[in-house]
Amino acid sequence: MTVFDKPTLAEAAPVARRSRTAIWLARLEGPQTMGRGPRFWAAVAVAVVTAAAYPLFVDGWTVGNAAYFLVWTFMAMGLGVVWGYGGALSFGQTAFFGVAGYAYGVLTINFGAAYGFTLFAAVLSVAIGALLAAVIGYFMFYGRIQGVFVGIVTLSVTLVLSTFMAQTAGPEWAIGAARLNGFNGMSGMPPLTIPWLGGDIALFADRPLYYLLLALVVLTYLGLRMLLNAPFGNVLVAIRENPQRAEMLGYDVRLYQVLAFTLGGGLAGLSGVLYTAWGQYITPSSMGLTAAALPIVWVAVGGRMDITATLLGTLLVLSVFQALTIYGSQYALVAMGALLLLTVLLTPDGVVAAAMRRVGRAFAGRRRR
Amino acid sequence: MDFATSAFSFLYQFGDAFAFLVIASAGLAVIFGMMGVINLAHGEFIMCGAYVTVWAARAGAPLPLAIFVGALVAGAVGMLLERVVIRRLYHRPLDSIVATWGVSLIATQGVLILLGSTMQGVGTPLGSVAIGAFSYSVYRLVLMAAAIGLLLALYLLFYRTRYGVIARATIEAPGTARALGVDTARVYSLTFGLGAFLAGLCGGLYAPTMTMVPTMGATFIVESFVTVVVGGADIFLGAAPAAAILAAIRASLTAWQGQLFGQIGLLVAVIVVIRVLPGGLSGVLRRVRR
Repeated sequence: MTVFDKPTLAEAAPVARRSRTAIWLARLEGPQTMGRGPRFWAAVAVAVVTAAAYPLFVDGWTVGNAAYFLVWTFMAMGLGVVWGYGGALSFGQTAFFGVAGYAYGVLTINFGAAYGFTLFAAVLSVAIGALLAAVIGYFMFYGRIQGVFVGIVTLSVTLVLSTFMAQTAGPEWAIGAARLNGFNGMSGMPPLTIPWLGGDIALFADRPLYYLLLALVVLTYLGLRMLLNAPFGNVLVAIRENPQRAEMLGYDVRLYQVLAFTLGGGLAGLSGVLYTAWGQYITPSSMGLTAAALPIVWVAVGGRMDITATLLGTLLVLSVFQALTIYGSQYALVAMGALLLLTVLLTPDGVVAAAMRRVGRAFAGRRRR
Repeated sequence: MDFATSAFSFLYQFGDAFAFLVIASAGLAVIFGMMGVINLAHGEFIMCGAYVTVWAARAGAPLPLAIFVGALVAGAVGMLLERVVIRRLYHRPLDSIVATWGVSLIATQGVLILLGSTMQGVGTPLGSVAIGAFSYSVYRLVLMAAAIGLLLALYLLFYRTRYGVIARATIEAPGTARALGVDTARVYSLTFGLGAFLAGLCGGLYAPTMTMVPTMGATFIVESFVTVVVGGADIFLGAAPAAAILAAIRASLTAWQGQLFGQIGLLVAVIVVIRVLPGGLSGVLRRVRR
């Protein structure tokens, strides 16, 4: 059974015993995510096919650039889960991004790219990012830190890391063969390399890496949809809406928040690893104040309370921003600021989310007639 | 070098850091500590005050007057911003972070486009004085006095004037204040303006010691947030002792390991304080006083 012909929740409900797979597949649609029915999934299929066909029509540099956009979506979706669904504004997703990126650099520079080690290093680095998030999340949520203070703690963490890495310029700051290189950052790590009969395939910023990233984005997106419509996602939203009530209903609010935060940290770490592998460098400024604020911009403008809106919004903002930078570099930041301000004032739920709701309503209206 | 001069040197370092933290965080303590609005454009109010101060000073105004003009302009800009943007976001604190960050982007980049990447500043006045082997800038000693004076003035404003009583009442219990006939919207607007005025004052006071670049506000913002968060909601019970403690941490870490470690020390301090004392220092002091 594919995702396209599966029954909706209502259709599937009367069946008493369903397989575990069927239950999880049914969670692709649900109360916590926008979009349902054959029309929606047809649109998703068209989008994926278009994205897959895109490299056939443009040159390698443009494909590498599109891959760059895809790199960031994981961090954005992770922040969407933590902030949009869980209600805890993390200002420091870049901390996990940076730590995982540096971890990938240190591991691959020391152990090389042979025998598919880069893939193992990538998984390990993401795990390190998620572990750091779990530790910080435990520290915060079990300490009952809430509201804006979550933002301040996470921002402090990422600024500490960025400040610390910026002063590691001397030769004494090295882990094995990997020099940390202070403010200039670390470079020269191998790209992701897939071991293959007749020679390894190194995924430079071109078509193969693009397809890997596209596959990862689709998998992450569908996986998050299922997770958010599962009991876990429902509890997370309940906590966002009213933590006291969720607690009175018997849920350990702290545990759910730590789990969501760890997931968000792992996804930010995935972005960090992929970014480092994409450009083969990582610098402390990727954890600095400006970098830390960017994911918040993408998620806020796109729409934080829906994972589809977050994903589309991130890609939209990134491409608009790049276009602005090319056509009028100095006005790009002004336009960015104005965009943010207008979004918050006019469409607090996000531009893409508002647009999606309008499209959905138009379709629903036609069906009723 | 004998003990007295090195003690004075440390005291000077401490006083310098203390003055910086108090002056930089006073505006934020009013806006964030009292009103609960996270104002990421705090640094840009400081930048605004500094630019206007330099402009006025180079147009011939004496420096104290120029600083006052700078603070007034920043305060006016703050009240305008409150009226247009912040007012709609009082019940959405997380959104006000995003909105004020947008304002800060527009301000930084707008100033860069309009006035260029750097502007000729005014030199640090008053020269220096030699004590022992080192010489110390007199203006920095003036700044320390200004920090103390600022705390005193704020105390008088909030505890000895009619506005102070009304403002504290509005922050404490807005519903009750409104029922008693207070125009709370106006009080919020004035209080936000006061915070922006104080930020502008900070910019004016530090303008002669800094390079005038559009991103200069970023120098202040982390330190001021750290001070306010460590201090908690009350300026006098919170921000002032927090500034003293953080100044000691920073002065000793900077002397021991260099400036970057001074900054890292501050950030670690804020993380620990949030975890251990969620109400900040003022929460603890209030509990002790009771």
